[in-house]
Amino acid sequence: MEQTLPSPTGASRRAGARAWLLVAVAAILWLAAYTGIQPLANWLAYGLFGLAPGSHLGEAVAFFLYDVPKILLLLTGMIFAISTARSFFSPERTRALLGGKREGVGNLAAASLGVVTPFCSCSAVPLFIGFVEAGIPLGVTFSFLIAAPMVNEVALVMLFGIFGWRVAALYLLAGLSIAMVAGIVIGRLKLEHYVEDFVWQLKGGDGAVAEERPGWAQRFALAWQSTREIVGKVWLFVVIGIAVGAAIHGYVPEEALADILGKSAWWSVPAGVALGVPLYANAAGIIPVVEALMAKGAALGTVLAFMMAVVALSLPEMIILRRVLKPRLIAIFVGVVALGIVLIGYLFNLLI
Amino acid sequence: MLNVKVLGSGCANCKRLEERVRKVVSERGLAAEIEKVTDYAQMMRWKIMATPGLVVDDVLVATGRIPSEDEIAGWLTK
Repeated sequence: MEQTLPSPTGASRRAGARAWLLVAVAAILWLAAYTGIQPLANWLAYGLFGLAPGSHLGEAVAFFLYDVPKILLLLTGMIFAISTARSFFSPERTRALLGGKREGVGNLAAASLGVVTPFCSCSAVPLFIGFVEAGIPLGVTFSFLIAAPMVNEVALVMLFGIFGWRVAALYLLAGLSIAMVAGIVIGRLKLEHYVEDFVWQLKGGDGAVAEERPGWAQRFALAWQSTREIVGKVWLFVVIGIAVGAAIHGYVPEEALADILGKSAWWSVPAGVALGVPLYANAAGIIPVVEALMAKGAALGTVLAFMMAVVALSLPEMIILRRVLKPRLIAIFVGVVALGIVLIGYLFNLLI
Repeated sequence: MLNVKVLGSGCANCKRLEERVRKVVSERGLAAEIEKVTDYAQMMRWKIMATPGLVVDDVLVATGRIPSEDEIAGWLTK
């Protein structure tokens, strides 16, 4: 479909080259800043403030001064890259890709596309209607709707920045598996009659706006706009979360939490999920706290399960989906996803 | 007089789009009536797959993003 669109004009090509140059300069500045944080944090904490290295307060302050700029820089840089990549996807295109896909392959494709397609939970209803009208099976549609919020870009970057790439990759894989399996289960249950009737009565058609293919300048501009929006929304939570994490690091005794949040407490995974569902918190603020809790004996599976429940199942989204789904189907959706998260939590606790 | 519709259920982006449209209309002294469409069954007349959507004289011009003021002005003065 790319070929049928008009090719970029000379002017937009020049604008694209300028935009690339700007992004390259920004990337160099970003790298320079990123490598300068650690010495700067140490100098501020131990030099300027005169705190003793190795003391509770000194360690906590140095940790805070290092982690805040590091995470904020990571968030800005990576969200920008992710947003740019996402500009190549659109809900309309995803729908076209998913048309005619069957159970299994369709669920895998839907879950993966759910990760890369730009999505906001306020668009869940038009997207749901658009998918169902296009004849995409209910289970495949759900795989998309589960993966899109669950594999959250802010959570992914925070996990990478704080725990490293292994945990970030585990989170991504876990999210994809839950979305895929939960979608297959919901598809098998044949719940079509629990979709509100008006959805089936709407007339099909293609409403895509015939927009020109955006040039690089426009892609970068849009990506920057969404980066500013996302980082603007979460930065305060990040700072507070890291401050709380730093305090826990400095002052809570080692292994203090092993009994309640450790592997040996079998009930902690379902309890974490039950606590996470009604919580509509921000993954950005939770992750630094979670990291500090883990250093004091909490288990990774428990902590990841809690986080996934927070981002994947939120009350506002349920209320939005109520417009197209009957309560029974919403209950099944929440139940299946929550069960999946609990199982993943146990699996991580077993494996790691 | 132009008829402009903002399609959206009341999410943050939908409100921001509406504000931006009002700003463009008042700053450039355009004659336009601005309507909000919050009912999904009605919204789906335009087959949108992401909110907010912007409709000018019954034609869908943008979905799933907040266009710039210049873009909006372009559609309104065409």
